Amino acid sequence: MKLTLKIWRQKNADTKGKLVDYQIDGIDGDMSFLEMLDVLNGQLINKGEEPVAFDHDCREGICGSCSLFINGEAHGPDRLVTTCQLHMRMFKDGDTIHIEPFRATAFPVIKDLVVDRGSFDRVQHAGGFISVNTSGKTVDANTIPVNKHDADMSFMAATCIGCGACVASCKNSSAMLFVSAKVSQFALLPQGKIEATERVLNMVKQMDEEGFGNCTNTGACEVECPKGISLENIARMNREYLSATFKG
Amino acid sequence: MALDPKIPEGPLADKWTNYKNHIDLVNPANKRNIDVIVIGTGLAGGSAAATLAELGYNVKAFCFQDSPRRAHSIAAQGGINAAKNYQGDGDSVYRLFYDTVKGGDYRSREANVYRLAEVSSNIIDQCVAQGVPFAREYGGYLDNRSFGGVLVSRTFYAAGQTGQQLLLGAYSAMNRQIGRGKIKMYNRHEMLDVVVVGGKARGIIARNLVTGEIERHSAHAVVLGSGGYGNVFFLSTNAMGSNVTAAWKAHKRGAFFANPCYTQIHPTCIPVSGDHQSKLTLMSESLRNDGRIWVPKNMDDVKAIREGNLKPTAIPEENRDYYLERRYPAFGNLVPRDVASRAAKERCDEGYGVNKTGEAVYLDFAAAFQRYGKERAHVRGLDENDAALVKRLGQEVIKEKYGNLFQMYEKIVDQNPYETPMMIYPAVHYTMGGLWVDYNLMTNIPGLYSIGEANFSDHGANRLGASALMQGLADGYFVLPYTIGDYLSKDIRTGKIPTDSPEFDQAEKNVKENLDHLINNNGSHSVDYFHKKLGKIMWNKCGMARNAEGLREAIVQISELRKEFWKDVRVPGTQNELNEELAKAMRVADFLELGELFAKDALQREESAGGHFREEHQTAEGEALRSPEFQFVSAWEYQGEPKDAILHKEELEYENIEVKERSYK
Repeated sequence: MKLTLKIWRQKNADTKGKLVDYQIDGIDGDMSFLEMLDVLNGQLINKGEEPVAFDHDCREGICGSCSLFINGEAHGPDRLVTTCQLHMRMFKDGDTIHIEPFRATAFPVIKDLVVDRGSFDRVQHAGGFISVNTSGKTVDANTIPVNKHDADMSFMAATCIGCGACVASCKNSSAMLFVSAKVSQFALLPQGKIEATERVLNMVKQMDEEGFGNCTNTGACEVECPKGISLENIARMNREYLSATFKG
Repeated sequence: MALDPKIPEGPLADKWTNYKNHIDLVNPANKRNIDVIVIGTGLAGGSAAATLAELGYNVKAFCFQDSPRRAHSIAAQGGINAAKNYQGDGDSVYRLFYDTVKGGDYRSREANVYRLAEVSSNIIDQCVAQGVPFAREYGGYLDNRSFGGVLVSRTFYAAGQTGQQLLLGAYSAMNRQIGRGKIKMYNRHEMLDVVVVGGKARGIIARNLVTGEIERHSAHAVVLGSGGYGNVFFLSTNAMGSNVTAAWKAHKRGAFFANPCYTQIHPTCIPVSGDHQSKLTLMSESLRNDGRIWVPKNMDDVKAIREGNLKPTAIPEENRDYYLERRYPAFGNLVPRDVASRAAKERCDEGYGVNKTGEAVYLDFAAAFQRYGKERAHVRGLDENDAALVKRLGQEVIKEKYGNLFQMYEKIVDQNPYETPMMIYPAVHYTMGGLWVDYNLMTNIPGLYSIGEANFSDHGANRLGASALMQGLADGYFVLPYTIGDYLSKDIRTGKIPTDSPEFDQAEKNVKENLDHLINNNGSHSVDYFHKKLGKIMWNKCGMARNAEGLREAIVQISELRKEFWKDVRVPGTQNELNEELAKAMRVADFLELGELFAKDALQREESAGGHFREEHQTAEGEALRSPEFQFVSAWEYQGEPKDAILHKEELEYENIEVKERSYK
């Protein structure tokens, strides 16, 4: 198929960016979206132009590197996939595709479609862990039984890949879905309850300091999340936060 | 130079304990004055960085991704082995050790493997304490599944995302130390050389991938947890950025590279669909617990399927060849990966492949839907003879176990695997070879360590499923933190290592010259052009089956391709910015050297063992034929050109296990 691409090009964080048009032909429906961009980049390199920079690594939907705001949606029109798993069969011959970076104050653009998501890491540094020494001896794993339902819910929350689609999709650039996924994972496990109070307070504080917005319950994050992380996690974090404020 | 593996004295089962009792320790106050560099933040590097920081060392950790959480361990699907014997099915430390040595075709080091099996239990305890949400049974206890090459269920898992959950566990342990200031994290940094001062590894040269700045970092020891080199094949299940550069630069500085030809070609990957393909996707081996592998018995059916005139579901049972069950009745679909891959190749070479290219076999879940569906119907008191209901319930169970894998398959192939069998074909997945290390996980350069997939030590010629996660975390959480202390105890009075020495100058100059050359080359072909060419040579001549003639050709062709690369590669942009093409060019330059050594190693090894299959060395039934005279580790010393590398042998001794023909019949 033949496509028109309108791609955000921005030299670096200090310069202004703009949408640039590219024509591309011979795109096969079995290609992934990133393989389509590989083809474009191959052509740009051969013409002596600069290829489009974008983040990507595992290309199987699990590392969370790839991003891209495609025709106004994080990770494009398909559901429950990352951009690397989005296939060109979702588009048709003659389509025009707008490709922009994930936009948020807390995700500054580094170059073209690459943004800095270091703010996500810093929120995790603030409390996204259980304080257990990895070099030490702990108890036998089966001395901590966990209700299967809770364990499954905890796992579901823990499948967040930290891509930032939730932030990019939210009109407030809120990171509540991301932060609540980690808070929930631990809140649902007996091992996580011990530090629950400090964890939620510290992570929320850091989240606010990074410049993420507030949650107004529109649910866009849940719709666009490639891993289907549920809004219930936000409700759970709110409860955790409320009870922590009373304790704290 | 004789290779000393430094295996501790004493009976096998006591070696690690005795060793720990007699090593030198560093007191907590002194640890604060010692710096350690860790390259890579996957399961091995991430767990090592966290643990070393927790012990009190100053850790600098480096990854090329934008966050340590994205290292490729995250993509491991099926599970992690541990000799817990929670199932009471006869598992033990010895049995895990035995299975691993046998699975590795008697080409791994006994003492290392035993230690790995010994600490495996502790990994599960540790991960549960960290909040890793493993799969559980209704009673609240941990669930297990079985994997290839073993007769017990010892694999712990978290749906099809076990690697992700374990890596996020290690990442959380790192975060705790980053928050405390004990780990300084360098994201988007690539190590481009190791600096050796006075015979010891004392630092690295790294490039900031955002600004292009070349940085010098010093430390008292350097740990490489930089992963495997499967991307030398261009197409593999590795991430796009996975590379050999850190290990290869260490090799060029004197570290021996061991068994580069031992590569794992994983049997269950999604087949290649076209020339545009950038990478291959694995379907977890755990699927072989429930899926049955087959091709049609009759060539007419094969033809009809390829032409689109016949659906696989329409082929009756008696016309299907479940070739693994036929050839290996004891292990059936759960034979080890090398055996399963070769068997798929054998059927496809005979013309029975079921897709357009003739390179695919079926992985079929219809029987599992029946089995699980009946069980669930029974539990719920429903009609076990209602075929539609049973199928639906069975699909429900499979979805709970492997839902993410089925979804991934559907998105890529555009077929619903609940309704039609999956198509799979072998693909490059893991590399057992790597930097040579002794029992301490130290290379032959003092102070330079190598852990996880980056070293060679535990899997011999073939790795068993769910053992990579085990080794990565064992090395990082439980082995290296001890062994490195013994070495660092001699460094408590050394003080900070300066970065203005001639050795740092020279290493930095070398890196800059290479970068200058590539960026100013202005040739006519992109980096990928060369990488794809290399991949073709590797797959055709160093892939699932190898022979002397092909390997000799590969050595010549790779050497020529490398010359062409340096003369004619085109890298756009500048050095002082985010420039992925430049980063790629540096990585491919190293693959172009490694590939040649790989072929040389495969040529030298005149036997078949595990993932290394030489056509000249097979039994009448087409199984791998080992040779006792090759019961050694090939450790290569760099001499300027890969083909001139000098071979050093570490003889392998088996005192606790009988070396015999590896049979899964």
